[in-house]
Amino acid sequence: MTGQDRTLDRIRWRCRRGMLELDLVLNAFLARHFETLDAGQLDALRELLECPDPQLLDFVMGHDEPDAPAERDIVALMRAVSTGTASAGATTTA
Amino acid sequence: MAIAKRQFDAIVVGAGGSGMRAALELAQANLRVAVLSKVFPTRSHTVAAQGGVSASLGNDEPDNWHWHMYDTVKGSDYLGDQDAIEFMCRKAVEVVVELEHFGMPFDRLDNGKIYQRPFGGHTSNYGERPVKRACAAADRTGHAMLHTLYQRNVRAHTQFFVEWMALDLIRNQQGDVLGVVALEMETGEVMILQAKATLLATGGAGRIYSASTNAFINTGDGLGMAARAGIPLEDMEFWQFHPTGVAGAGVLITEGVRGEGGFLLNKNGERFMERYAPTVKDLASRDVVSRAMATEIKEGRGAGKDGDYILLKLDHLGAETIDKRLPGIREIAKKFANVDPVTDPIPVVPTCHYQMGGVPTNYSGQVVVPDGSGGEKPVKGLYAAGECACVSVHGANRLGTNSLLDLLVFGKASGETIIADLKADVQSQQELPADAADLPLARLARLDSATSGETVAQVGADMRRSMQLHCGVFRFPDSLGDGVRNMLEIAQRVQHTYIKDKSKVFNTARIEALELDNLVETAMATIISANARTESRGAHDRSDHPDRDDVNWLKHTLWNKEGNRLEYKAVKLKPLTVEGFEPKPRVY
Repeated sequence: MTGQDRTLDRIRWRCRRGMLELDLVLNAFLARHFETLDAGQLDALRELLECPDPQLLDFVMGHDEPDAPAERDIVALMRAVSTGTASAGATTTA
Repeated sequence: MAIAKRQFDAIVVGAGGSGMRAALELAQANLRVAVLSKVFPTRSHTVAAQGGVSASLGNDEPDNWHWHMYDTVKGSDYLGDQDAIEFMCRKAVEVVVELEHFGMPFDRLDNGKIYQRPFGGHTSNYGERPVKRACAAADRTGHAMLHTLYQRNVRAHTQFFVEWMALDLIRNQQGDVLGVVALEMETGEVMILQAKATLLATGGAGRIYSASTNAFINTGDGLGMAARAGIPLEDMEFWQFHPTGVAGAGVLITEGVRGEGGFLLNKNGERFMERYAPTVKDLASRDVVSRAMATEIKEGRGAGKDGDYILLKLDHLGAETIDKRLPGIREIAKKFANVDPVTDPIPVVPTCHYQMGGVPTNYSGQVVVPDGSGGEKPVKGLYAAGECACVSVHGANRLGTNSLLDLLVFGKASGETIIADLKADVQSQQELPADAADLPLARLARLDSATSGETVAQVGADMRRSMQLHCGVFRFPDSLGDGVRNMLEIAQRVQHTYIKDKSKVFNTARIEALELDNLVETAMATIISANARTESRGAHDRSDHPDRDDVNWLKHTLWNKEGNRLEYKAVKLKPLTVEGFEPKPRVY
């Protein structure tokens, strides 16, 4: 396994949060976008994942915006992703 | 195979509220403490607790711990141990004030004292009227608590092992616990963490249900570890449910929606609550509404392609009222249910929220097991606190705000007990048994060598579906029987899961396989215990035995993994210093 893959797996794991709402959104976001994020987007995602859960939830629900434009773009993708009842909740990422 | 070993005075498994409160106590006593956590400590599930923490401070109106004790005993439907409940309610004031001094940003009254608000089930003068007992930090009480405790732990030099997963307990011939075997996710390496004391603080296991408010990390790791080490699990049939979580997601829809005029429909568009509660209809109490919803689904009137949810209609309220009176509901429904409630009903289902049972402990935090002659004895070296423990202060049902209190009181108490026990008894590390790491290494070896089998996702989904269907908020005897048979099969299937990715480094598939082992132990304990308890008490509600049966069932269940054997132990009806509260019908 390459160093890059290892970083990806670490980011993937850090999408496990303390709040269910974030698990659902991040899980759907990973499924939809993770494979296609470029290096800059991955950096922005990594930064966002450093936020406390309530802050991240405020971003995702549109109550607040991150300062950095690159992070705003990632948050926009998170907001747009569907966590529909058919796919979410029943399984984790596996 | 030689595996690395490190030694500590104490190991805390889990870095939520109870684990960090205990660790703080231990580190301040200059013990060498290691705290293991699958995620960064402030991302533990305690972060999701909003409501507050109860303590009879009496800042706004008269209150006292004995009233709090009465409310808690009654709320527990008399299954709570009254010695532990007295202990918790008396200690509440101390631990909350202490947390304030640690820097917790509580909301304040104008006079500077901690602001307190009323909360369901908390009353003045033994049930007379609601009392202001809940202390909060806006709607982020759990978040503020975690940050406060984390900062204090950093100052006290607690050593955190972040992104580590504990796999199994180490027990010797005498049954003493000598530490844990754990996995470092970053390297995939397995290590023995030896300690004179091991505290389980791994939280609840609400992910055994397909409808759950719990975060994905809530997989009952401490319960699985205890069960595999031959320690029974107590009162696992008792799970608190909320009537309206978004189907398939678990995110709660506040009861305020029904308060504002929203109502429930079955698949035929019938407002079925008119049949179950003709006067109050959709505003009936939580348990009545949950029971009605479960009955509609059971009898084939659930909506959706699998007929497994109910519709919450509020479009008739109009966009203006919804936006004004129910802020946030529209965005939650859009985000997590893919519906706009202004035009379409929200699919909802009774949703698991909190685990009352757990690893049996006394109010000092020691894990206790039957001694073979009708009493119980501590397991030397093993402690538990928080949602993974059954003290039992919540009995058959938990009062709101008592969960955060439980974390603080019993986190601290277990820390104090460990300090005292180490001083009195355990001076040096005991010799590790030769087979210390055999069990977890065998579990890993199986996953690494399996070349085919079912996916973890598939077995996990079947478990969650089965538990939701057969052992949910309202339980039917025939369905429970089917559920037991299902779970026995699933317990076999989980031993044959297969993961494609065999890499060591940050292998999340491997972590999820190990988590599923723990969930299945929890689910098995739940359904076996629920099937046997032929009464309705607190959160355990059976269609065939609608009443509480104190003659036969005023006792705690103990489930043993080996042979799914059940045994029972008496409820402690005698408090520490006061008269006990005799069981009475629980009417609000």
